[in-house]
Amino acid sequence: MEQFLYIMLYIQITLCFFCLFRIIKGPTIPDRMVGIDIFGILVVGICAIIAVLTDRMFIIDIGIAWIILSFIGTLTLAKYLGGKKLNE
Amino acid sequence: MQNTWEGKNSMNEIIFKILLIIGILFNLFGCIGLVRLPDVYNRLQSATKCVTLGTCSILLSLLFHFGFTEIGIKAIVAIPLLFFGATVAAHALVKGSYLFGVKLGDQSVIDEYKDEAEKSSEDKKKMNKK
Repeated sequence: MEQFLYIMLYIQITLCFFCLFRIIKGPTIPDRMVGIDIFGILVVGICAIIAVLTDRMFIIDIGIAWIILSFIGTLTLAKYLGGKKLNE
Repeated sequence: MQNTWEGKNSMNEIIFKILLIIGILFNLFGCIGLVRLPDVYNRLQSATKCVTLGTCSILLSLLFHFGFTEIGIKAIVAIPLLFFGATVAAHALVKGSYLFGVKLGDQSVIDEYKDEAEKSSEDKKKMNKK
């Protein structure tokens, strides 16, 4: 059971490197922002698997905070890309 | 580290494993699409839908492992936050990248947002002149 969870954790961490590849190589600026957005969602999955492994409660709290911060950051950068002010 | 999963109900453990594998597979397909597809819009469409559904499946699997304890309830609370937050952010990102001027890919067939974007940009120029 523990070995199974470690395999899932390593697969999820490998997927984060796919996102890092897209962030580094992306030809345009929106490509990099897509990579950052997907990276933020994958980290929540890592937090969930680590919560099962260590049986601690506060790691899920880190995941929830990460969801909200990723949402606010991506929305702000999207507004910046569209050339709009934040109150439009 | 103490092993707390030894004496749990076996049916819940089977459902937990199946949901976890489904979530990891969806994440894998989404990230392959993120690397392989040719265009910003294709990449965003593939990656956002698959990765959001996969992470929701992983969070739902925590409920079957822990039952209705504190961790399970917090995982259930995180699902709607993730579902609506990620999709709304992706939609805003598509509009922003179109207005930024990213071209469609070579194999794209139709561009339905073009007229509306031109109209909004003309309105903005008029507002600036006034």
